[in-house]
Amino acid sequence: MRIPPRYAQNIAVVLLGGATALALAALVFIIAFVMVKGMPAVNLKFLVDSPREMGRSGGIFPAIVGSFILPLAAIAIALPAGVGTAVYLAEYTLENRITRVIRIGTDCLAGIPSIIFGLFGFIFFVTVLRMGWCILSGALTLAIMILPTVIRTSEEAIKAVPRSYREVSFSLGATQWETVWKVVLPNAVPGIMTGVMLSMGRSIGETAAVIFTAGAALRLPTSAFDSVRTMAVHFYLLAREGISLENAYGTAAVLIVSILLINAASYWLMHRFISRRAR
Amino acid sequence: MVVRWIAERAVKWVLIALAFSALASLLLIAVFIFKEGVPFIVRVGLKDFLLSSEWDPQAGRFGVFAMIVASLCVTFGAMIVGAPLGVAGAIFLNEFVSRRITRIVKPAIELLAGIPSVVYGFIGVVAVAPLIREHLGGPGLSLLCASLILGVMVLPTIMSVAADAISSVPNSYREGALALGATRWQSVRMVILKAARSGIVAGVILGLGRAVGETMAVIMVAGNTVQVPGSVLDPVRTLTTNIALEMGHATGLHRQALFATGVVLFVVIMILNALTMAAMKRGHAGK
Amino acid sequence: MNADVKIEVRNLDVFIGNTRALRGVTIDVPARSILGIIGPAGSGKTVFLRTLNRLNDLTRGFRATGRVLLDGADILAPGADVVGIRKRVGMLFALPVPLPMSIFDNVAFGPRLAGTRSRRTLRQIVESSLKAAFLWEEVKDRLNTSSLRLSGGQQQRLCLARVLAMEPEVILLDEPCSGLDPVSTARIEEALAELKARYTIILVTNNTKQAARVACNTAFFLMGELVEVGPTSKIFISPSDPRTNDYVIGKFG
Repeated sequence: MRIPPRYAQNIAVVLLGGATALALAALVFIIAFVMVKGMPAVNLKFLVDSPREMGRSGGIFPAIVGSFILPLAAIAIALPAGVGTAVYLAEYTLENRITRVIRIGTDCLAGIPSIIFGLFGFIFFVTVLRMGWCILSGALTLAIMILPTVIRTSEEAIKAVPRSYREVSFSLGATQWETVWKVVLPNAVPGIMTGVMLSMGRSIGETAAVIFTAGAALRLPTSAFDSVRTMAVHFYLLAREGISLENAYGTAAVLIVSILLINAASYWLMHRFISRRAR
Repeated sequence: MVVRWIAERAVKWVLIALAFSALASLLLIAVFIFKEGVPFIVRVGLKDFLLSSEWDPQAGRFGVFAMIVASLCVTFGAMIVGAPLGVAGAIFLNEFVSRRITRIVKPAIELLAGIPSVVYGFIGVVAVAPLIREHLGGPGLSLLCASLILGVMVLPTIMSVAADAISSVPNSYREGALALGATRWQSVRMVILKAARSGIVAGVILGLGRAVGETMAVIMVAGNTVQVPGSVLDPVRTLTTNIALEMGHATGLHRQALFATGVVLFVVIMILNALTMAAMKRGHAGK
Repeated sequence: MNADVKIEVRNLDVFIGNTRALRGVTIDVPARSILGIIGPAGSGKTVFLRTLNRLNDLTRGFRATGRVLLDGADILAPGADVVGIRKRVGMLFALPVPLPMSIFDNVAFGPRLAGTRSRRTLRQIVESSLKAAFLWEEVKDRLNTSSLRLSGGQQQRLCLARVLAMEPEVILLDEPCSGLDPVSTARIEEALAELKARYTIILVTNNTKQAARVACNTAFFLMGELVEVGPTSKIFISPSDPRTNDYVIGKFG
């Protein structure tokens, strides 16, 4: 039997719309669930207190600190490398075999699962380089993980800077690097920041790559060679080992709020960037 | 002048060095994972390692067959859940609703991608697994539960890549189909999906890669029993979770076995990467 | 006679990819005067101009053979100091391209690159350059506001001031008035008339009348070839090549 086109259209709209609604519902459910269950546990004391009895009581302050130190340190490492790569690809060379190899390498790196990064970080930074479970090991591992994102978004941002700006700069006697530094990069900052925020969001929620490289110490770190525990790891341990469901929910709520804020900021930045480009 | 010339040269070399950072990292990762894992595979024998389902580190038995099967099943299940929803969402938002709604809904669904995997896993444990246990039987933490959770997790990835592919189909194609008297759905089915096919495939493969590699969510919801699943309600252990579960206390041969598991995973992911690139490339060549 | 020639171009061939953009161009550009270049779109005027400050190096697939002597030194020679050449040969583009920074920073961009750091010196340079571009009176009270807020005509004069600030010897203008209204155009032309006493100016224009108004000598390009060059009055009144005549009286182009 052949369904008349108009009915087919209606059926399609209902099915497609239903699927979209289902996806949205999943999002709303997850966030609402965590918020409703978690928010009662969150108060000022929870945020600024240290955990006691493995996290059964007390707050999550060291985990909050860890959750921001680790991604920030990773970005501090990945940003120069990523922007440098993007500048090289976009400004210093034409497409050739070398750039193609670099691009393929970047794409492959982007596809590697985080547990492999964890394994690598553990064997290389923690064991071979004898750095132990520490902030530096974790940050280096995360830096490699976010490198492809930083490279891609930076290259997009650099390519979006109008060609005429470069021509003006060159015609005024600037060298290649002076043009990049004084004209191209300042105009690419919003786009680069978008990539930074995306990476920040990804690394703050990361568990597998972090737990085997930065460890899970509950104390506040005093140096780059101290182990830290991030909120994601703290939450995982609390929930998995059934230490405290209440505090696990609370930690998840704080974690999700942090991530939502970071994503909202990056979305806002991207929007500003696009509207500026349109002008 | 000379100083400037030297600085310019120096900067260029620094940039070239930085440009190889990603590639160097990739090679370093490959070298170290393989260096730890390959000798083990050679020692145990590729056949025994890949085709035996017996995993008992204390007894010195290391077969990952069940885990390979489990990884494939979980991934496949996740795609059954995530791919139709993701592609449907991409079509719906691009073709059937106003720009304004798309501008709100699309970033909202992309937010799903930002939720940490441990949170997904936890939702699976406290909300999804009990439902499965009560209504369908079994322990709840199972292949089905892992597939559902992973399906939702990979949905935003698939949707976002598919949506980009669909929105890059030239408007003239749509207008052409509509001008010939096609309904919106006919224009989607006959013209747009064909034109955007390679991009949609790339999105699905990308989601596949994420599902194969996901660890923390699966650890929490899959039950982690080493066995070839007989039904979707059986608990399973995947390649990734095997590594994460035992890495903390493994030493010697056991640890090498985990790296060997990593090698298998690495190879699977690289094959998927190659497929994605091929799909993307075909898409570009077609344009 | 030769002492007054600023740029000697000998047998210049330019390829962009497989397209031959210029063929065998030979021309002398006299110092301290305005050379107008006219010709229909695609005749190679802009390519010629961008070869004179090596800006074509940025164009993919660009190749040039022949010689371009700036004060006797070949700027196309391998190992030529490209950055130094661009400092001596300033360029004004068809559309005004103010960099997204303040008016002051735009004008000070060149001097800063050259190493001028003193705030006072920079101020003097900015003021004199803006005056020479007839813009000073309009912007002297808002030097620190964004250059993007200026009108199109003001932006182009700002770009001219920016070129003047790096104290070039030659100024290349690539259809500088194509996007401007008649009043702004008049102001730019006014500025050019004063500047020719000190600079060697090459003005590419689509507007033959503009060449007739301001150029001392005029060259006519057609399909990558230099058809004819001579004093402006001769080119417009009694050209020796019939194609030149057809173009200036408006038969094509």
